[in-house]
Amino acid sequence: MRFVFKTSYDQDIRLFRDKVDMGWYALLAILVVALPFVVSTYYAGEIAWVFIYGLCGVSLMVLVGYTGLVSLGHAAFLGIGAYAHAYFLQQGLPWIPSVVLAILITTACGLIVGLPALRMTGIYLAIATLAFSIIIQEIFNRWESVTHGFAGMPVAPPVILGVSFADEREFYFLCLFFLLVALWLTRNLLRAPTGRAWIAIRDSEIAAQSMGVNLAIYKSMAFAYSAGLMGLAGALFAHKIAYLAPDIFTILLSIQFLLLVIVGGLGSLHGAVFGAIFVALLPPAIAILRDGIPGTLSDWSASTGIGLFQIVGDALGNFLKKPGVEAGIFGLILVLVILLEPLGIYGRWLKVRLFFSTFPMYKADSFRRQKSYMRSERLR
Amino acid sequence: MSLFSAEDIAINFGGIKAVDGVTFSVEKGEVFTIIGPNGAGKTTIFNLMSRIYDPTEGRLVFEGQDITRVPAHRIASLGIARTFQNIELFEHATLLQNLLLARHAHKKSHFWSEILFLPSTRRMEIEHREAVERVIDFLDLQQYRDSLIVNLPYGVRKVTELARALCTNPKLLLLDEPSSGLNVEETEDMAFWIQDIKKLLGITVLMVEHDMTLVSAVSDRVLALNYGRPIALGTPVEVQSHPEVMRAYLGG
Repeated sequence: MRFVFKTSYDQDIRLFRDKVDMGWYALLAILVVALPFVVSTYYAGEIAWVFIYGLCGVSLMVLVGYTGLVSLGHAAFLGIGAYAHAYFLQQGLPWIPSVVLAILITTACGLIVGLPALRMTGIYLAIATLAFSIIIQEIFNRWESVTHGFAGMPVAPPVILGVSFADEREFYFLCLFFLLVALWLTRNLLRAPTGRAWIAIRDSEIAAQSMGVNLAIYKSMAFAYSAGLMGLAGALFAHKIAYLAPDIFTILLSIQFLLLVIVGGLGSLHGAVFGAIFVALLPPAIAILRDGIPGTLSDWSASTGIGLFQIVGDALGNFLKKPGVEAGIFGLILVLVILLEPLGIYGRWLKVRLFFSTFPMYKADSFRRQKSYMRSERLR
Repeated sequence: MSLFSAEDIAINFGGIKAVDGVTFSVEKGEVFTIIGPNGAGKTTIFNLMSRIYDPTEGRLVFEGQDITRVPAHRIASLGIARTFQNIELFEHATLLQNLLLARHAHKKSHFWSEILFLPSTRRMEIEHREAVERVIDFLDLQQYRDSLIVNLPYGVRKVTELARALCTNPKLLLLDEPSSGLNVEETEDMAFWIQDIKKLLGITVLMVEHDMTLVSAVSDRVLALNYGRPIALGTPVEVQSHPEVMRAYLGG
């Protein structure tokens, strides 16, 4: 067991709870820096996806997890960021101004989309953002002078101040850097009045208003900030896929982002990162299973002489090769997470951590919620 | 001059006159209670005052300033704080975060200093925390500081609502049924706190309450409403023995 003694207010404000916490994060940092030199270039590239999805996760977490506004249009923001960045690079702008412009443009779009959010919540807002995303996708299709429509658009490899980040390993560190910056900035907002205002809007608009929170300003701010982060993610995304086409930024991608924050755990930045690991690494994991299972099981079949293994292995292999299996598995996991662990991977993580920090005194009921009391719906 | 006065306020929801020509004024330093049977329009008056509803007629004046059309989020910074009848806390935040949010009206930091968490922001945060800690000490909430609201029992939530309202540093405190759902001991605590709020903190209290023991114990003046219209105004004893009030509650 470990006791944290609080002796100053600063202890509740600073980034790391205490030296022990800081030690764990330092260890994690060393691991993450060493990782690309340990694994193959291919896997370094796959892990870079975790960081890009992590940025998307932080962006959506601010909006959905902290402000309580649902968006089905975040793939559109990603697309705007990606196309803007690719276009400016093509026009010969250096990397940094190009990214800054891309972020500014997506932020502005976020502000505009945020306007209806001032009057809508829940499912209505989801549909409004969905409509926005479809409009934007249509613009990607038709605005050929900028996006080259269906023909697609190549993206130049990243060169920042004369330094090339084209190699998978170098790009890994570029993505890692931006994810860390985004996490730091977002954490700063969340521990300041702005973040508390967002949380207040999520839990009770009426009370937030009575405590002096200007709903219009803070909701627009959440939308703009979230969109701006998505713009940054879009710029990195563009480099990562190297060739932009309008059919990438569909509603399916938006749903994947929502899946990311829900599976990761709504209302925590840890959840955004956990969710990103899940979403980015599930496809390669399925691919490994698809290629590995039939062979392994037929080996078992040969060594044990039981023909059933061979049959099951072939059936599983065939099943995993079918189109749409990935989406099906995503959906299944989403349903299971909502049913079994509403707080997502982060919720599970808290339980595991408590188990070890109170070992052997862990109580299974520690996380059981008390009865929730009726709240007035009249004022909403 | 009164701290707050409502001048002939009225509001209609469709054809229903929820509040119909109510005039009253609250003097500085008093505890003023509004009573009345269910549906008399008590909470509606609170919602008019915290500007959630727009009055159809009449004027609201606070410290000589007309607040009839002031937007809802400006009310807190003017010095009016409120609690809600059916607890409206930020449930998935800690008690401390709930109380710190109440300092929002006194927020001086801006976006750029917050996103970089400059030393000035840190200093402001610690100032807010000190203000919040004074209220926590006043209401004995120390042990719940880091608990999520969803995990707290009803009685503590009720006190947390009071604490959150106090954290805004109000001049006028609106309490909407502070004792509803509380047991006898908790109601007694609430009575002491209301008196302390009046005497020690010098805050004027306007409350809606059904528990007549609590009303008689702490109120200086009582206004009785029925069907959105005032029927009696005076000391608790006067109002309780008023024939109109008896008819409103008992019929006949």
